[in-house]
Amino acid sequence: MKKVLSLILAVLMLLTLTTAFASCGDAKDDFKVGFIFLHDENSTYDKNFIDAANAACAALGLTESQIIMKVNIPEGSECYDAACELVDAGCDLVFADSFGHEDFMIQAAKEFPDVQFCHATGTKAHTEKLPNFHNAFASIYEGRYLAGIAAGMKLNQMISEGKITADKAVIGYVGAWAYAEVKSGYTSFFLGARSVCPTATMKVEYTNSWFDIALEKSAAEKLINDGCVLISQHADSEGAPKACEDAGVPNVAYNISTISIAPNTALISSKINWQPYMQLIITKTMEGKGADIPYDWCGGIEEGSVQLTELNSKVAAPGTQEAIDAAIAAFKAGTLKVFDTSKFTVNGAKLDSYKADVDSDANFTPDTEVITDGYFNESADGFRSAPYFDLIIDGIEAKQ
Amino acid sequence: MQNNKHKTHKDPLVYITKRGEMPKLKAMLIKAAVILVGVLFCALVTVLLTSENPLKVFKAMFDGSFGTPRKIWNLLQASAILLGISLAVTPAFKMRFWNTGAEGQVLVGMLASITCMFYIGDSVPSWLLIVISFFASVIAGSVWAGIPGFFKAIWNTNETLFTLMMNYVAAQLVSLLIMFWVPSGSMVLGLVNSEGKNGWFPSILGQKYLLNILIVALLTVVVHIYLKKSKQGYEIAVVGESENTARYIGINVKNVIIRTVIISGALCGVMGWILACGTDHSITSNAVGGNGFTAIMVSWMSKFNPITMIFSSILVCFLQKGAGEIASNLGLNSSVGEVLTGIMILFIVSSEFFVNYQIHFRKNERKETAK
Repeated sequence: MKKVLSLILAVLMLLTLTTAFASCGDAKDDFKVGFIFLHDENSTYDKNFIDAANAACAALGLTESQIIMKVNIPEGSECYDAACELVDAGCDLVFADSFGHEDFMIQAAKEFPDVQFCHATGTKAHTEKLPNFHNAFASIYEGRYLAGIAAGMKLNQMISEGKITADKAVIGYVGAWAYAEVKSGYTSFFLGARSVCPTATMKVEYTNSWFDIALEKSAAEKLINDGCVLISQHADSEGAPKACEDAGVPNVAYNISTISIAPNTALISSKINWQPYMQLIITKTMEGKGADIPYDWCGGIEEGSVQLTELNSKVAAPGTQEAIDAAIAAFKAGTLKVFDTSKFTVNGAKLDSYKADVDSDANFTPDTEVITDGYFNESADGFRSAPYFDLIIDGIEAKQ
Repeated sequence: MQNNKHKTHKDPLVYITKRGEMPKLKAMLIKAAVILVGVLFCALVTVLLTSENPLKVFKAMFDGSFGTPRKIWNLLQASAILLGISLAVTPAFKMRFWNTGAEGQVLVGMLASITCMFYIGDSVPSWLLIVISFFASVIAGSVWAGIPGFFKAIWNTNETLFTLMMNYVAAQLVSLLIMFWVPSGSMVLGLVNSEGKNGWFPSILGQKYLLNILIVALLTVVVHIYLKKSKQGYEIAVVGESENTARYIGINVKNVIIRTVIISGALCGVMGWILACGTDHSITSNAVGGNGFTAIMVSWMSKFNPITMIFSSILVCFLQKGAGEIASNLGLNSSVGEVLTGIMILFIVSSEFFVNYQIHFRKNERKETAK
């Protein structure tokens, strides 16, 4: 009797196990994820997302048939159509990578409540409050601050070697648009540089384009002619690094390492690694907990969303790596804040209160107090992930 | 040796003669054969470039347009837009006015509608807004085409360059207004009136693109009748064939040029209206997406016949969608699809050559002379 009972129990256990495995396998096999990219891998911006998507899917063991990628999707009704086609193809999760995709993703999210829609760089998830539409960004201002330290160390080296005087430590910055994302980026980079080189100042040139090799190159050349001794950028081409290599001016790039194209001048780059976010949204959706994906997710240094590319030891000043490591430790400990209001002034005055335009509305009204505990609370929890620091601080010369 | 040289001089290895009228069936067969060779050539290129099974690639291309009902609707929508712009450029090209500015004319038409939606979206009912937008777009498109048309008629300026340059002006104008409308500097306008959908075309039978398609279908009939049956259509044909003949038979060439170019621009404006109110409900400087140029090819490929243009534009959109599908489904670089599309279009255009011309090889010489 005991034998029979134990046999039955054993069989039952086996059965439950197999069905458990089978159902687990089912959930995974059925799962599909769709990606919408503005361009293809020829754009450094999209390549960064495509690489992250591939890495995340590989890490989670998704097969080729579970991944659909649509490239060259413009920021118009084509994005909505592409999202719908992905849903038709069985996708449980749709991701789009460009700011202008947002409204069309929201349109699709409203139509398909059972599918999760995630959108990088957008601003509307926390006000739309749809359970299946989510925004994400990263605290790239921390990465830029760290890259700024490398730049500041280089400036110090140039001063101590007598190549420039302390008052000539002028940084040039090639920015895409006069937009919060860009302003937040160059301000954090500048604050990083000034934290080690107090006499540093900065000039900003906008190209009014996210990607234009010729414009970025000529903007960098103009800055160099205007006396800038180090160049950084927030635009997506290799124009500026190439101009720097030709002129022998140290350069800090963005999103890709430029050591191979500018071996004698490339210093370091900060980059956003989207793999942790992609893994999060895929895992959550696969577990059926898509609604748990935050409205706004801001990646940081901790989980590897904000990274620095390899430091070019040929160009970097001695002690740079150590200075960066110390700052990383301080970020992790919470003792260092990039936008510490005791470290910068706006129009000669300390910033005690500032209302930023965090919630999207038609009139772009400033709506949220963002100075808390003595610092400008960028990309904060409860606000939104996309940057909203849009001030021009003293020491930076830029158009509003 | 001597003899051979003499022969080569008199009669090249390959020479071409113009064919006379050919029976329609024979012409169709020749075209079909050339297109079949094109398909085989595409298969060969696919294997060489990607080592994928060409049948799999063709299936993916087909799925891109016909895989689901939604894809069929999207194909029809894309074809309708391309067809509409092709119809719009046709009167100008039939008159041999090289209107390379459709891209800009459609864009300003679109901009006019978006401007109406932006400023008076809240103050007038949706149907009235759509009507006002229509007139605004038509006027914007006509003016944008009319300027180079006027300069051509009065001072004989080069219309190809002039209309081309107007495209860039239009794109910059869009950027300027977006910069003005979106003070945050993000340069993205987003959906206009997404809450009340004011000024948006209504869905018909649950299909949001059906009205677009119906309007373009109506436009096709109108343009066809205009070109084939009206006096103005005849004048366009005469001016296109020979301005001197036109002048000799008493046609006011200047007037015809200006009038036709304005009509062409107005039709572009209508397409801008459809893109703004019926499709995107938003605008970017790149919103026409090159359709203004592809339309020129469609118009010429169809010999300015609106009915043929229906098929040509569906074919071109089918190839474009197929190219996209290859990229997403087979994980191939999107350029592979574009290469295949290019090869197919080249073969389709060259099929025309084989219908109109005959190729002779040297060995046929005796037979030919015997005839």
